[in-house]
Amino acid sequence: MADTVSSAGVPAMLGAKGHLTALEWIARRAEAFVIPVASMIVGMALFSLFILAVGKSPVQLYETMWRGGFGSWFSIQNSLSRAAPLLLAALCVALPARLGLVVIGGEGAIVLGGVAAAATGVATSGAPSFFAILAMGVAGMAAGGIWIGAVGALRHYRAVNETISSLLMAYIAIALMNHLVEGTLRDPASLNKPSTEPLADAYRIGNIPGMEVHWGLVVGVIACILSWLLIEKTRWGFAARIAGGNVRAAQVQGLAVGPLIVGFTALAGGFAGLAGMLEVAAVQGSANASLAAGYGYTGILVAFLARHNPLAIIPVAFLLGGIDASGGLIQRRMDLPDATVLVLQGMLFVVILFSETFYGRFKAFNPDLWQRPDLLKGPDLLKGTA
Amino acid sequence: MDATEIGLWGVPLAMLGGAIRVSTPFIFVSLGEAITERSGRINLGLEGTLVFGAMTAYAVAVITGSPWLGLIAAAFAGLCFGLFHGWICKFPKVNDIAIGIALMLFGSGLAFFFGKPFIQPSAPDLPAIPFGGWSDIPQVQAALNVNVLFLIGAALAVFLWWAFRNTRAGLIVRVVGDSSDAARAMGLNPNTVRLLATGIGGALAGIGGAYLSLYYPGSWTEGISSGQGLMAVALVIFARWNPLGCFAAALLFGGAGALGPALQSVGVTQGYYLFYAAPYVLTLLIMIATSSPSRSLAGAPGELSITK
Repeated sequence: MADTVSSAGVPAMLGAKGHLTALEWIARRAEAFVIPVASMIVGMALFSLFILAVGKSPVQLYETMWRGGFGSWFSIQNSLSRAAPLLLAALCVALPARLGLVVIGGEGAIVLGGVAAAATGVATSGAPSFFAILAMGVAGMAAGGIWIGAVGALRHYRAVNETISSLLMAYIAIALMNHLVEGTLRDPASLNKPSTEPLADAYRIGNIPGMEVHWGLVVGVIACILSWLLIEKTRWGFAARIAGGNVRAAQVQGLAVGPLIVGFTALAGGFAGLAGMLEVAAVQGSANASLAAGYGYTGILVAFLARHNPLAIIPVAFLLGGIDASGGLIQRRMDLPDATVLVLQGMLFVVILFSETFYGRFKAFNPDLWQRPDLLKGPDLLKGTA
Repeated sequence: MDATEIGLWGVPLAMLGGAIRVSTPFIFVSLGEAITERSGRINLGLEGTLVFGAMTAYAVAVITGSPWLGLIAAAFAGLCFGLFHGWICKFPKVNDIAIGIALMLFGSGLAFFFGKPFIQPSAPDLPAIPFGGWSDIPQVQAALNVNVLFLIGAALAVFLWWAFRNTRAGLIVRVVGDSSDAARAMGLNPNTVRLLATGIGGALAGIGGAYLSLYYPGSWTEGISSGQGLMAVALVIFARWNPLGCFAAALLFGGAGALGPALQSVGVTQGYYLFYAAPYVLTLLIMIATSSPSRSLAGAPGELSITK
């Protein structure tokens, strides 16, 4: 035993026993997969109890949910369409989370991104469609980026709590949108539902060939992959993780924490703004109150379920998009309110946050403990599951 | 004096009346949150509790015909939400802010779920006391028609201010909020104290919700709160965790919230939506003005994650 322990008393982990390393590799990563999946199952089981308590059949509910969200090519396409803005909205939470910031006001960036894109689309009418769409995307990202970047700047330079300020700014953004859409930017022809002038057909974003899903899905997936690369493979991502762990240590290391926070939050808001631009250019055709459809809030849940890992956001956004998409069918088939999916989402959210307490508690996921049961006598957190 | 003659004087008068009317939920939520935060935890879920309390109060009042039973039911529902938050946050690595966000969504979702059938029917209102009887100007009478809950809230603010300083319970909450270690050394269990403090905070937020649906605006809709619970949380920080400060700040916020309807009532329709954003802007400006990166906030409980 003694030779597997280094001079500092720390067990030599990898490579000490050759045949264990593959298993160890799996065990270390299994935790990040098993605990969230188990939590979701627990959350869905609790939701079954809730459905039973209101006198409906959970089996029928999940069957309907499956049919509405995932059971056919049609419903899968519907879910994917809803996943597109969720991917970007979740990045708006996940990127700042790497710096230890809890930003929950993505809805505001989506709304303003949509308005900015719609205004740009109208202002550039006549320009070649490629440039116009590009300009709309840039305008949407800029609007969202400024909005959430300001939250980051306030956090760093004024110590204003980012969770509260971002949500307040979301309400301000929605008021601003209503003001612009019903005033300055209003298309006089839109009577019942005040909207900006409709975009020219050439400025609309179409569907991916062979699918009834717009290109926003591809944009969202690319954004997730780029964000993952940024966090895991670049020095900025590395610096952000250090600053997220301990701001003072990062400052002592000479990291420019301020620009890092503003940069990450601005990029996060830019992604949410892009989601708004895609809603305008691919779905609505103009900016109106439908922009505040709650994608920003569902995106919070997506990011937390994915534990702020941009690659994990992709499947989770699809899952939540499917749950969202099945809401209408559940309402019609089972005579339940449309808020049923909100209750499920809330339960999943609570359970997944509760599951944080189980990380590091299971011996199976921690190869260090396989050969060193005495380490279990260490801190509280490691107790209980030996 | 004719009612139409008071002209623009109607704006400050409507704002005074509005401040009293609009501020009541702020008073209850912020006092509840002040108790919770003084114990060292932050509960952002009060926004969801407010919405669920509003729905519960309305539903019970519709069914039983008694607004007071609705109020009690809302307080009980809020208590349950608060106790749940307090219980779940005692586990290691469970983040109180994140749980608050989850309960915000969960509480609203549950309220929308059970509240669907109650959007149409009308419930009896909580009673108000007409302090404006001496005047024959209808606007003055309207402004001084004060709901009993406002008076209870004002009394509660004074009581809590006194209790934090002068009672054993107040001392216990403050010790737990300032240092878990010191509390343990005194033989107190911080988790139990925080559980109770969060539970009471939730119950008060539920009462705030009952006021929303049973008095002003006085009906149950899904957009009934639109962030008031959250603003109340921000307000507690601005008030430096002082119950009297909470009361004053709530009046200020109520006045800001009444600006939009007050201007509309005298015929100003330009920038209508921007005036509705006034309370949010005010909250944000106050947060910017009163925070500082170089010093921690005076009076902040030491264990509070939001100020660390």
